[in-house]
Formats: sequence, C-alpha cells, structure tokens
Amino acid sequence: MKPILSLRNIVKRFPGVLANDNINLDIYPSEIHSILGENGAGKSTLMNILYGAYGIDEGEVFLEGEEIAVASPKEAIDLGIGMVHQHFMLIPVFSVAENIILGMPGKQRLSMRDIENSVKKAGEKFGLKVDPNAIVSTLSVGEQQRVEILKALYRGAKILILDEPTAVLTPAETQELFVMLRELTEQKVTIIFISHKLNEVMAVSERISVMRRGKMIDTVFTKDTSPEELAQMMVGREVVLRVEKPLASLGDATLKIEGLYVKNEKQVLAVRDLSFKVFAGEIFALTGVDGNGQTELVEAITGLRNVTQGNVNIQGKNATNKSPRQIIEMGSGHIPGDRQKQGLVLDMTIMDNMILECFYKEPYSKQHFMQEDIIEKLAEDLITDYDIRCTGSSVSAGNLSGGNQQKIVVARTIFHEPTLLVAVFPTRGLDVGAIEYIHKRLIEERNRGCAVLLVSTELDEVLSLGDRIGVMYEGELMGIVDGDKADKTNIGLMMAGRKVEEKDETDL
Amino acid sequence: MLSQLLTNPDFYNAAIRLTAPLLLAALGGLICERAGVLNLGLEGMMLTGAFFGYLGSLYTQSVVLGLLIAALSGGALATVHAYFSITIRVNQIVTALGLNMLALGVTSTLFRFIFGTDLKQLQSPGMVPVKLGFLSEIPIIGPIFFSQLPIVYFAIALIVIIHFLLYHSKWGLSIRAAGEHPKALDLAGIDVIKVRYSAVIISGVLAGLGGAAITLGGINTFYDNITAGRGFIAFAAIVFGKWTPVGTALATLLFGMGDALQLRLQAFNIQAIPYQFFLMLPYLITLVALVFMGPSKGPAASGVPYAREQGQSKRKKLIKDKVTEV
Repeated sequence: MKPILSLRNIVKRFPGVLANDNINLDIYPSEIHSILGENGAGKSTLMNILYGAYGIDEGEVFLEGEEIAVASPKEAIDLGIGMVHQHFMLIPVFSVAENIILGMPGKQRLSMRDIENSVKKAGEKFGLKVDPNAIVSTLSVGEQQRVEILKALYRGAKILILDEPTAVLTPAETQELFVMLRELTEQKVTIIFISHKLNEVMAVSERISVMRRGKMIDTVFTKDTSPEELAQMMVGREVVLRVEKPLASLGDATLKIEGLYVKNEKQVLAVRDLSFKVFAGEIFALTGVDGNGQTELVEAITGLRNVTQGNVNIQGKNATNKSPRQIIEMGSGHIPGDRQKQGLVLDMTIMDNMILECFYKEPYSKQHFMQEDIIEKLAEDLITDYDIRCTGSSVSAGNLSGGNQQKIVVARTIFHEPTLLVAVFPTRGLDVGAIEYIHKRLIEERNRGCAVLLVSTELDEVLSLGDRIGVMYEGELMGIVDGDKADKTNIGLMMAGRKVEEKDETDL
Repeated sequence: MLSQLLTNPDFYNAAIRLTAPLLLAALGGLICERAGVLNLGLEGMMLTGAFFGYLGSLYTQSVVLGLLIAALSGGALATVHAYFSITIRVNQIVTALGLNMLALGVTSTLFRFIFGTDLKQLQSPGMVPVKLGFLSEIPIIGPIFFSQLPIVYFAIALIVIIHFLLYHSKWGLSIRAAGEHPKALDLAGIDVIKVRYSAVIISGVLAGLGGAAITLGGINTFYDNITAGRGFIAFAAIVFGKWTPVGTALATLLFGMGDALQLRLQAFNIQAIPYQFFLMLPYLITLVALVFMGPSKGPAASGVPYAREQGQSKRKKLIKDKVTEV
C-alpha cells in the first residue's frame, strides 16, 4: 500500500529553537496513526505545518505521491486535510449548522433550513449525531468535539488531524470518541491522533510515531509495543509508571464535611447532602465525571463559594463560609484546577506568584513594605527545590511551560506545610515527566502527615494515588472504596450513578 | 398639557424624524461592533457627515450629492479608525476619542474659514417630506409614518436590510464570526481583516448619512458641534438594544422621542424650569435606560484586535509537476 501522506526531511526553526529536526513520516490510508511525545516535543508544530498554519523551512510534503505546499488552513482543507484543534474553533453563540458552513463557498444568501438538512445528512453518513439547530454553547464538550470533527468532514477532509482530542473529555466521552474514530476509518478517513497519553494511543491507534525534542524517534506498530517502551522512547529514560507508596498511617480526621449543600451559579444545588472525612496521612481521591459537583465542593471547602447548608470542619475548627484567607490560615493549601486562570497571575513574575498567599505576613512584608530580598531568596530556593526550569525568579510565570507553571503552584502551596491539601486536577495537561514529579510530591505530603484531598477525573491517577476513593454523581457521593479494592469497573459504575453500600468510616 | 402633547400625531412624526440620524449611526455602529471593532467614533463621523453634507449640498445645490459627500466623508474618517484599530491595533477607544476631537476641530475650523466669523445663515438645499401616496392618507399612521423625509424611509428600511444581512447572508455570518471568535473565522479561510474593514467603513458611511440627516433634514445649515453627542447616544443604543438591529432601532426611537419631547417642552416656555433642563432630557434618558438595562454582554471579541500567531514563515513554492513516488 502507498502512503497517503509522506513527510520528507521536514525542518522548522523558530527563533532559538529547532522545533522540527529532519522529520520523516509516512501515513497510510484509513489508519489511525498516533503521534506521541511530551509537551514541546514538536508534535503540534508538525501538525501546524501539515495544516498550513506554519510554513516549512526545509523538506517536502507529499499527498498521494504528489508534492504539495500548504500555504494556509484553507488550502489544507481544499486538499482534504482537516484539523480538530485542542481548543475548539467553534463560535459558542452560533448554531451547529452556522459553525459548520462558516467560510464555505456558496450563495451569498443563506437558506438555513437547507443547510441544516445537509448537515444532518452528513452527520448520519459519518455516524456523528448532532442537532444542526442547537447552539454550540449549550452542547457538552464531547458533543462540541463531534461538531468540530463533522465540520472538517463536511468540508471534504480525507485526513483528519486531532490535536490532543481527549484532553477535555471525560473517560466515557473518550471511549465514545475512540469508537467514532474507528467507524470513520471504515469510511476511508485517515486519522492522525496527537497525544501525550500512553494508554490512549495504545488503545486507539494502529501505529505510533514517537517524537522527542523535535526529532522523530521511531514509528512502531501498536501490537508490537508496550506503554513502558513508549514511555522510554518519549522521555529518553526509564519512567516508573506505577506509583510506589508506603502504607497509609492514618491520623485524625483533618477535614470533615457534614451534610453539605452547595449551589452553583445558576442557583441550582450542585452538591447535595455530602458527608465525608479526610484523615491526616491519606490521599482521599474524589472522582466522577467532570461537572458532577466536584468544582462546587472544592470551592465550598476553600472558601470561594458559599455553603447553603451543612458544615465544613478543618482540624476541629468550623470553616463553613469563612474567607479563603481564613481557611488558608487554618492550615489548608489549595492547588486549583486551572493553573492559568486560578493558580497564577501569568503577567507577574515567578517571585511574586510564589508569595501570593503570604505576601501580607512577616517576613515577606513589614509595615506594608515588601521585603524583596527575602522574597527573592524564597523564590530562588523553591525554584531549586522543585526543579522549576526557568531563567530566573523575575521571569513572568506566563513564559513557562505548563509543567513548570504547575510546579510553581505546587511549590507555593506545599512550602507552608499545610495540614490539608486540596489538589484539583493537579496533572491536567502535563506530560509524563511532570506528572511523575507531581505525584511524587503529593505522596511526600501524605507521608509527612498531611491530609490530601485529590480531585481528578483521570482514573489511572485516582487508582494509583488514592488510599480511599470517593465518587461523585450529580452532586451526591455514590460511595467510598478503599484504594486496594478499587478498579476501573467498580469506579466506572459509580461514576455512572450506581451507589455502593455506605461504609462506616468510624472503622478506620 | 403633556397628555395633549402625547396625543398629537405631529409629536410622533417629529420623534421618528429625530430618530433617523440616531438610527443610521447606531445601525452602522452595530455592524461594526458585531464584527469586533468598537466604534466610539460615531460622534465624529456623524459630525463630519453633517458638515460635509451641508457643504456639498450648498456648493453643488443638490441634496443627493450632498448626502453622497456626507457618506463618503464619514466613510473616510472610518477608514482612519479602521487603520488604527485593525491594522496597527492600537486602543480603539483612544483612537475614537481622538477622531471625535479631530472631527470637532476640523469642522468648526473649516466652517469659520469658509464662512467667516459673520455667521449669516446660508441655507443649503435640504430634504423635504415625501408623502407615500395612499399610505399617507391612513388616519394617524399616515401622518406619523408616511409623511417623512426620504432618509427616514431609508433608515427604517435599513433595519430590515441589516437584519437580513446579519442573520441570513454569508457576509453577515462572517461579520458575526469576526466579532465572536476571529481565529475560527480565519481558520475557516476568511480574511478577518477585510471583514472588519468592510464593517468599520460601512459604519462610517451610515454615521455620515446620519449626520447629514441632521443638517439637511429641515434646518439646512450647520453650526459648531451640531450633533451634540448624538453619536454617543447611538453608541449607547446599541448596548441598550442588545446588539440586534430591531432592539437597537427601538432604543434609538426611545431617544428620538425624548428629543422630540424636550423640543416641545421648550416651546411651552415654562418659566419655572430653565430650558437647559429640557435639553438634558435625551441624555438623561440614555443614562436611566442603561441603569435599567443591567449588565449586558456584547460580542465576545468586541474591541479586541486580531493578530495571527507567530510562526508563519516564508512559504515554499508549490511545485506543480508530478513527482515520482519517493
């Protein structure tokens, strides 16, 4: 079989960086081909070249044996190369049909009814069910992604590039996506799947190409490889995929939640009658499909949202409806779910970000004056301790990679030695190396005797870190399972809304 | 007194006539904002149109040419706004304020330069009301709606035209996409810059016509700052109308009625209340309306300049010849 798409000796330079170094790649018709690599390995650059967003400095691209030069995304789609971006290129206030036909040739006058019909037909043809009339902002993330895929196919894409498509999906939606992608290959669509998640590329693709630091390391058949081998190719050294942790030595209940009710922005109850405890020296992993009240619960615990009814108790003290500062001063630390929007002030320096939670206290400020020497010393120490890769403490946080940004948040939270640590999606969007590091730090905190409340939707993370695992569904706790008795099946059932027998926590 | 005033069809006829300049400018500004560019320069564009419309009409002795010149002058000022806010991406509010002051200075200076300090009233040809046949015979509705200036009919028709363009044409889809998520539009192969330029220039043309509707709509002359903030009221009407053509039109009607009301109240010559108080009325209505409006959300990318990301470098030339398989 001849390759549908061939890249030969592709070189792409950015100021100071060789983003793609002599890349060769063959993609065959109707295969799902994964490009695997850590963040910054050059995967996205390569795909942006294919999609016409970037020009190439050297090398050739062949489509069905013919050399092509893609000068713009429009030319790419005319050639049948479609891209689904990680951050969807959909207009939230537009209908599905409007989004799909945006920029397409046709009559100046739009007959929305005809367009909606043809979008609907296309959806049925490709097995992507969408309501053409629906406004995009009302759709779930998974549905929005389906619209993105359909948008590319509707424009005649034969090759579909998916950039980190699962980053925003729930485990169930991810499974659904994989089924959809396999069905598409039966319709003669070729799929390039970009990811840094080992399990996913193992699950979905026929062949995997691994990139590291701008170079193509190797292309392997999925059936001939293993996650361990892929991880080693990706990182360039051996990676421990299993997290080793000593047995938990439980102390007193640090966090007690009793009969908690919390409302969301729409004044609807997002958390209902929730009660659980987190003990010193354990990691309590709270999981569930995103949007089942975890965010509201965390915000209630950390003082960002008012509690409607019930109690939050930290170290025996009432923390219900206290301000975030009061709660921090009770000894709690919070690693928020979105490091860029909630965790950091991206335009501020690393140094200033490090003291966001304590700048008003001595020794960091005295009589309202910031003690810059002390702050700088603290920042430099934390940069060394937490291995934050940067050119200095006065660089703005926005210039760092995601993994290093997250390390700033983790460093800032942990150096206070909190007695309660609330970590929300602490590894979301990070690469293998950074995930490994953050996991190690969380376990160190647990071993020190901190009570860790881990909120995550990554089942692997929950299963490998959690001493006990709680599952939320529609604002309620479906049950709590011991980490060693939990597996993907029983957790999955609870995530879908099945309750397990309440366990008496006083046994612990 | 007030009830007598409010039951008189003449009051409503005047209200609609006074609405037309606001409506034209607001509909223009609406397109501009829907495309993602704030046009706080409507005031200056109106004033420019008002001045050059009057001047054109006076010198050519043709109202049509006067209106055309007004449209062109508004469009020209808008092109400057487009260049600053789209091409060199400077702060759109600061640019617009600068243009407003420029327009005020240029029109006042040219006015004196041409006509001298002796402000004798030189009347230009102006528009006259046109009765629309039997429609104008309908009781109440006829005198209110169908005995109006041609530009009033045009402004009303424009509500429908712009509604249709925005929601039922490809151009409108691109305009709205440029205001909501320009990158998505760019990736769909449409030139965001061109779409935005077209919207800004159209807003200038319409604001220019709106200005001419003041100077050539009966008084047929010009004086310093004749628009007196109507461009800002039009700007507020867009917000009050929630960025839709019909909503914006209704909002301008509210302000037009306020204007008509204050003119009539002045005529009553009430001693206890200084006439300046009545002059204040339309502006007061604007403020009060916005209070009741509450928080509102416009197009997501409004006021945000669009720039492509870095990384685009020199393109390889397309080799057309067939290349043998590697």
